[in-house]
Amino acid sequence: MDEPLPHARFIRAVPRNGKRLQFVFEGEAMSGFEGETVLTALLCNTGHVRQFEFSATLRAGFCIMAACQDCWVWCEDGTRLRACTTPLADGMRLLSSPPPPEQV
Amino acid sequence: MKAIVVGGGPAGLRAAMTLAQHGLEPVLLDEAARPGGQGYRSPAPGIALDIAALMGSQKAKYERLHRQFEAARDTIDYRERTSVWAIDGHTLFIERNGHTNVLTFDSLIVASGATDRIVPLPGWTVPGVFSLGGAQIALKDQGALIGRRVAFLGSSPLLALAAKQYQATGATVAGVFDTAPFYAKIRAVPHLLHAPHTALRGLSYLAQLRMSGVPLHFGIEPVRIEGCDRVETLVLRDRTGREMHIDCDAVALGYGLKPETQLAELAGASFAFDKSFRMWLPVIDADGRAGPDLYLAGDGAAIGGADAAEASGTLAALALLADTGHTVAQSQIDRLRASIKRLRRFQRGLATAFAWPHRDAGALPGETIVCRCENVSAGDIRAALGVGLIPPELNRVKAITRCGMGRCQGRMCGPALQEIVAAQSGAPVATVGRLRTQAPIKPIALSAAEMPR
Repeated sequence: MDEPLPHARFIRAVPRNGKRLQFVFEGEAMSGFEGETVLTALLCNTGHVRQFEFSATLRAGFCIMAACQDCWVWCEDGTRLRACTTPLADGMRLLSSPPPPEQV
Repeated sequence: MKAIVVGGGPAGLRAAMTLAQHGLEPVLLDEAARPGGQGYRSPAPGIALDIAALMGSQKAKYERLHRQFEAARDTIDYRERTSVWAIDGHTLFIERNGHTNVLTFDSLIVASGATDRIVPLPGWTVPGVFSLGGAQIALKDQGALIGRRVAFLGSSPLLALAAKQYQATGATVAGVFDTAPFYAKIRAVPHLLHAPHTALRGLSYLAQLRMSGVPLHFGIEPVRIEGCDRVETLVLRDRTGREMHIDCDAVALGYGLKPETQLAELAGASFAFDKSFRMWLPVIDADGRAGPDLYLAGDGAAIGGADAAEASGTLAALALLADTGHTVAQSQIDRLRASIKRLRRFQRGLATAFAWPHRDAGALPGETIVCRCENVSAGDIRAALGVGLIPPELNRVKAITRCGMGRCQGRMCGPALQEIVAAQSGAPVATVGRLRTQAPIKPIALSAAEMPR
């Protein structure tokens, strides 16, 4: 198991048996494991998942059970994901806010 | 005869198994990736978590439910990752992998479970604050901790359980901070004796935490969570009014559970205000009947815990079977009714022991964000009521302030909104109304909402 990253919010408490998966968040290369959700993989790398749209603050999800919708992230193609219920997939390219329409 | 069960927790699993045992071929729709619901959630494949060790005294029940469901799986049309986002008459609108579809039913059992009931506090939107149930799911499903040094805040027997699970898996527990005074727990003893084993288990968690040096505080008042992009300090006041500053990087927040009643409402259930829980609950008979062809079970009908969920799932299925001309054993019905009555009475005791702090919720400081979706503060809500243009009714307040209009549809802010409106207007809480449910009950992409073919 990897040492927790200094800015990570979540800590992996038990080993992973699954394959290591590579993904990109806001242009930065990160990795997680098969079996992890997008939320877990992101928060084991960094402190937040999305930019709040009404003020310059960050969010990291809240309920972790598909109810609060505070952990939305976006794929670079504009697809929206609920991070707490979406399995991490190899090669995902994720954003913390919706991409501008001209880039989709 | 087409029976559909919604929800893959203990109530839904038992309901589906019971229908299958009587020769029906039920469809079981589960929003989650694997059966078990929230409380009996199993680790995702690849996560090497010893779930049996984590479940402790609940290990046997957890394993029995999962084992029996696996054995029955061939007789049940189980569909994981499938959400129901609307109900119209006898038609369910479902979404799976970004595609919608419809399913019709003759009889419906809704076992939609519960979420944490939340009292906001200043700073609760800072990254690192999670619901108490969420903190447990991060651990059970993902083998992950929400932080290195975690504070447990609220009013719930699950605070001590989660703290113990976190401690056992390597987290430092910064403290367990319960807003209910200890004497409230003593006062609840007569109710708690309806399930003495459960009550003793709760006490033993507290004793184990205390012995390991974890700070336990009762009757505290939450003040704020400090930190900009990450939680740094939890500030509380103790019973003497002294401020405590708790160094932590995560907070698990929970004030008991709140039924997910949206589907029941869309399916036609009526609601009544329950004074002990201070919430609107769907009206059901002793077996879970909520309307024609509609049955409710588990925590989504009435907070009762996992044992009551299993029993009420079985009972709702037996009621459905009896109503549709199947032969069922009356002795089994009688036994289940008695058991559910006892377990739900115990939950009423818990509602006293771990009181919902409605006065604190009604008196939240003006700057507190109440609606985390739409960024609406307690002050915004009071200002809207102060203008006098709207009656103190939750749906009107929602229309003016947008509190409860965001993506969670008031799941997180609704209970606090109710108390703020009641306190500000001086109206009895039962008269300020109930946030109405709108379909879709969870956001779905427009691209998914194309007319099914």
